[in-house]
Amino acid sequence: MQQEKYAQIEKELSPKPPILKNVMKAFLTGGLICLVGQFIALFYITYFDFTERTASNPTVATMIFIAMLLTGFGLYKKISQFGGAGAAVPITGFGNAVVSAAIEHKSEGYVLGVGGNMFKLAGSVILFGVFSAFVVALIKTILVKFGVVSW
Amino acid sequence: MISIYITSFIVGGLICVIGQLLMDVAKLTPAHTLVSLVVTGSVLDGIGWYEPLIDFAGAGATIPITSFGNALTHGAMAEAEKHGLVGVVTGMFEVTSSGISAAIIFGLIGALLFTSKGNV
Repeated sequence: MQQEKYAQIEKELSPKPPILKNVMKAFLTGGLICLVGQFIALFYITYFDFTERTASNPTVATMIFIAMLLTGFGLYKKISQFGGAGAAVPITGFGNAVVSAAIEHKSEGYVLGVGGNMFKLAGSVILFGVFSAFVVALIKTILVKFGVVSW
Repeated sequence: MISIYITSFIVGGLICVIGQLLMDVAKLTPAHTLVSLVVTGSVLDGIGWYEPLIDFAGAGATIPITSFGNALTHGAMAEAEKHGLVGVVTGMFEVTSSGISAAIIFGLIGALLFTSKGNV
């Protein structure tokens, strides 16, 4: 009873996140980052002989490069504070997580600090991305083998 | 030609909105949100829905982290199609190589260039 009461009071007192406002900011920030990505993709398609499909690889690398500069100058943190998920979900957020961890732990040395902590945040994304890709591709391969679906 | 810019903005924005809702409404931590989106992207590619989204939205579908899961699955499935089961492992990083290599290279360069003043 007491615990329930406490939980209720806590729920009433804790500030509610302004969901609509956050969603709008995330939409604008994420949309703008993707728009920048689209312009970079167009640059690679026009000048470097990439196609719509293959342009995503150099685009992603360029976006991570930009994220490195913004992170180093302390600007990505400001974008994150404004955009929330809008700054975290695009690949620049992944780059920011890696670069900021690398810079943050530089004082502990390049091997133990930078090398050991670089993927502290991004590691879980790689781990679960790779594992789910493994499971999905495995299921699909087996289904194709049994003739349930085709490639 | 113009329309791809509009769709990339809208689709990219909407994927970020899903992320924001997972954080604000479902109360997930940012790490859990990103992991959920990556797994979603990988599953969507498994059922063949992600490629049409890329055709429709361009960078709006390839820049959000969901495309990382999609690219991993896509590489694995493409190799599996050619070489059978072993391709699931060997093809994994075929498509998405640049994201990881760029993160590693620029991560180290970033650490060489910049020093933390509590603002990274």
